[in-house]
Amino acid sequence: MGYPYSHEKEVPIISKYFGDPEARTLEGWKVRGGYKALKKALDMSPEDVVEIVKASGLRGRGGAGFPTGLKWSFMPKGKDKPHYLLCNADESEPGTFKDRELMRWVPHQLIEGCLIGAYAMGAEHVYIYCRGEFFEATQVLAKAVEDAYEAGILGDDVLDSGQKIDVTVFAGAGAYICGEETGLMNSLEGRRGEPRVKPPFPAAVGAFGMPTTINNVETLAAIPHIVENGAEWYRQWGSEKSPGTKLFCVSGHVKRPGNYELPLGFPLKDLIYDVCGGMIGDRALKAVIPGGSSVPFLSAEEAEDCALCYEGVIEAGSMLGCASVIVMDENTDIVHQVMRMASFYAHESCGQCTPCREGTAWVTTILKRILDGRGTEDDLDTLIEVTEQMTGTTICVLSDSVAAPVQSSIQKFRDEYLALIRRGERVGAA
Amino acid sequence: MAKKTSKGGDAQIEGVTLTIDGQEVTVPQGTTLLQAAQGVGTEVPHYCYHPGLSSPAMCRLCLVEVEGAPKLLASCTTTVAEGQVVLTQSEEATRMRRGVLEFYLLNHPLDCPICDQSGECDLQDYVFAEGREHGRGRDAKRVLGRDDFGGDVLFYGDRCVMCTRCVRFMDEIEENPLLTVVERGNRSVIDTFFEEGLDQAAWGGNVVDICPVGALVSKDFLHKARAWDLEHTPSICPNCSQGCNIELHTRDNLVHRMKPRANLEVNGHWICDYGRGRYEWLNRGDWLEAPVMFTESGNRAMGWKAALKALKARIDDVAEHSVKAIVSPFWSNEDLGAVARLVESLGGGVVFRSPQADEEIPLSGYEGLARRKGLAPNERGAELLGCVRVGDKAGQGGVDDFADHEGVVLVLGDSLDDQLERFAPNAALVVYLGAYTSSALASADFQFPVTTFAEQEGTFTNHVGRVQRFWPALKGPGAARPAWLVLGALLAALQDEEGPSRAEQAFSLVVDSVESYEGLSYESIGAGGGPTGEPVPLAGD
Repeated sequence: MGYPYSHEKEVPIISKYFGDPEARTLEGWKVRGGYKALKKALDMSPEDVVEIVKASGLRGRGGAGFPTGLKWSFMPKGKDKPHYLLCNADESEPGTFKDRELMRWVPHQLIEGCLIGAYAMGAEHVYIYCRGEFFEATQVLAKAVEDAYEAGILGDDVLDSGQKIDVTVFAGAGAYICGEETGLMNSLEGRRGEPRVKPPFPAAVGAFGMPTTINNVETLAAIPHIVENGAEWYRQWGSEKSPGTKLFCVSGHVKRPGNYELPLGFPLKDLIYDVCGGMIGDRALKAVIPGGSSVPFLSAEEAEDCALCYEGVIEAGSMLGCASVIVMDENTDIVHQVMRMASFYAHESCGQCTPCREGTAWVTTILKRILDGRGTEDDLDTLIEVTEQMTGTTICVLSDSVAAPVQSSIQKFRDEYLALIRRGERVGAA
Repeated sequence: MAKKTSKGGDAQIEGVTLTIDGQEVTVPQGTTLLQAAQGVGTEVPHYCYHPGLSSPAMCRLCLVEVEGAPKLLASCTTTVAEGQVVLTQSEEATRMRRGVLEFYLLNHPLDCPICDQSGECDLQDYVFAEGREHGRGRDAKRVLGRDDFGGDVLFYGDRCVMCTRCVRFMDEIEENPLLTVVERGNRSVIDTFFEEGLDQAAWGGNVVDICPVGALVSKDFLHKARAWDLEHTPSICPNCSQGCNIELHTRDNLVHRMKPRANLEVNGHWICDYGRGRYEWLNRGDWLEAPVMFTESGNRAMGWKAALKALKARIDDVAEHSVKAIVSPFWSNEDLGAVARLVESLGGGVVFRSPQADEEIPLSGYEGLARRKGLAPNERGAELLGCVRVGDKAGQGGVDDFADHEGVVLVLGDSLDDQLERFAPNAALVVYLGAYTSSALASADFQFPVTTFAEQEGTFTNHVGRVQRFWPALKGPGAARPAWLVLGALLAALQDEEGPSRAEQAFSLVVDSVESYEGLSYESIGAGGGPTGEPVPLAGD
């Protein structure tokens, strides 16, 4: 069930109880079938749990789409060192608002997923790193953790299995870069939120220098359902390479924006015109950003046949990312939108790597100048070259994320830039 | 000495063979690409990498192409692999490095004409070598201004390249994290905790040395000289017995600053603020400039030959030949050895006085390095030559017995500033060899101008018995000569033989008389000092 709107084409699995306040409570969650999957998992061997997740083909929902089961299998066996599972709840990608809803409506679903993951990887401690601005979601989650401890679901003896698993809810201080997995680890450890050089990878040297796996909220929320119903059940939706369902966060110029849980591979066109009720004022579509602000724009034409699965969006010329669909109508000032995104990245760059620290700010400055009517055509070449210099030259991919909207917008909407530069014409009301 | 910086000393080191820019090279496992490239003479530009610090790989300037890798790799953290093909000068690598350099110049003020770093600036060098001919920045630059970081350190924020070497030095090496990065993105700036900043540091001056640009500069050196006007002479810090390897930077026959010279066996890349700040005595003006003989009509300046001839005649004349000598541990082994030989031939003894500090000031992140309690550079050398320590912690007193001595009194280097009366009034003959005028010795029979360590070639022996060389950085005043030359000539005249005419010969005479120096020569010591193998057994140990 989507929230705030729902649609009959949805397949509500993880979002089934969105909008249902009773699902937040431990009792309410148990009545709705909660913690059964955990019990089932605890009766299995950890290796079998990993195998089910592998077989389900579940891919990381945080944006990179890395196969979750494979990631879990990288964790070293044995108990000579503490293992950690980190849940990445630092949801900060512009256009994304799915993890927040998962935490505030069904916190126990996430806790259950965390417990199963921790059991599968031999982690005795789970940290849920919440975005600093998520006050309500953090409080709801913290209450749920407290209740779970009282009920013996968390702690030294999880559901009388003898398994010890602790969960700590940790509130970040509000930085986009702490959503990058190694930046998150630094922040969790009390250091500056700066991504680390890889290798070593987190499965070898992660949080507090120990083997660590980090999973997105939505990924972990899907785990109980996969364990309970099996890999084949999960694979009934989606495609071979992108199995299952996914929450789509739709924002922008559509009549019914919000979260919708749909099978992967769902047509983008249907999402906009059917599920979301079409464009506001029935205006024409100009562009779609299908996966959050870090992925390239799709023009209306490219959006036409785009299937919303990992491989489908790549085929259309962009990336699924975390499936944050930002829809823009014909009145959208693309240059202004790109400038807004660039200034976001300039603000959020941690400042370690020179190309990112200087480049994000420079790109923003040039875009602002163009918007002020003081741009030149050379600036477009400079923007392309500068963003090329920012791609693949840094520790993390924040700086690559600026390149995507800037380069794709100049490629696909060059006319708009030129109209601004040559004639000072801006599109619509920004 | 065990050093923290040497990694995995016990591990079996295997060779890895790779190709760098077409040159095949074999290096130990664990070597980084940047170090391997340095080995074949290719300097990959870098800022955040420093051999004495950790590598955060954040400046992104040392990117190189490795065949088969999907993107460029930071050569400072990527370690070598068998059969690797590394291209430091490929089109992609140089294009990306040019791009990174352009980013550095975006907000850089380009105030080279008034920047102390100009001429020894890595930003200048790299941009000249690899940068774009013209910048494309059209927009206003960020202005941060200047900040006093405390200690001897000034911060010019606009010139900073955010390599964080300074932050990491304070954190990892001094282990006193007084500097940090505040804010993020291109608002990031280096700052101090609290107002005192580096006032609380004892080794803070090193951040100026490791700053690759002119962001951190020395207040003491501020606008004193241009880098290209300075002569660099390898030397040894004269301000304690650690024997840190340094360079004396001179212009117009004046020392303008002291900089550390890397020696992983002694001081790594570092020197302390105490040592660094004490070079002004080398620039003093009250020099002795010519040999002087005391006569009834007053002091008379004369040439060396006449002076030595007169001195020899006086020595022949005096009834009581026994010598009481006092030497300064700020003088070289060669000089002290010449005194010891003269005293040996005439009979007598040598004492020295040396100032002592109450506490050592260790550099906690670098084992074996500290500002030592002994504040003279050649205490150990004096001891090994049989000189006896007298006096108090201030390096004063302890010379009362000279008052009654009726034989020969010889003073080298110690200007006896604590002695208010005429020194050794009962002595038959008082000879003073020194750099500066001395009121206690103003009526000595002979005053000979001799050169300081900065004006001659020679060696000091540090607190663990390591013999280290220094070279002449300054020209001695007037007729000043090394003491070993003067005393050697005197001894030669007395014994009717030839004295040493080169420092190397003087050193070999020292080697002959000190057991633990066996086998040493200037050649075997080299610029890094020696002995470099097993630690020397210390006298009395």
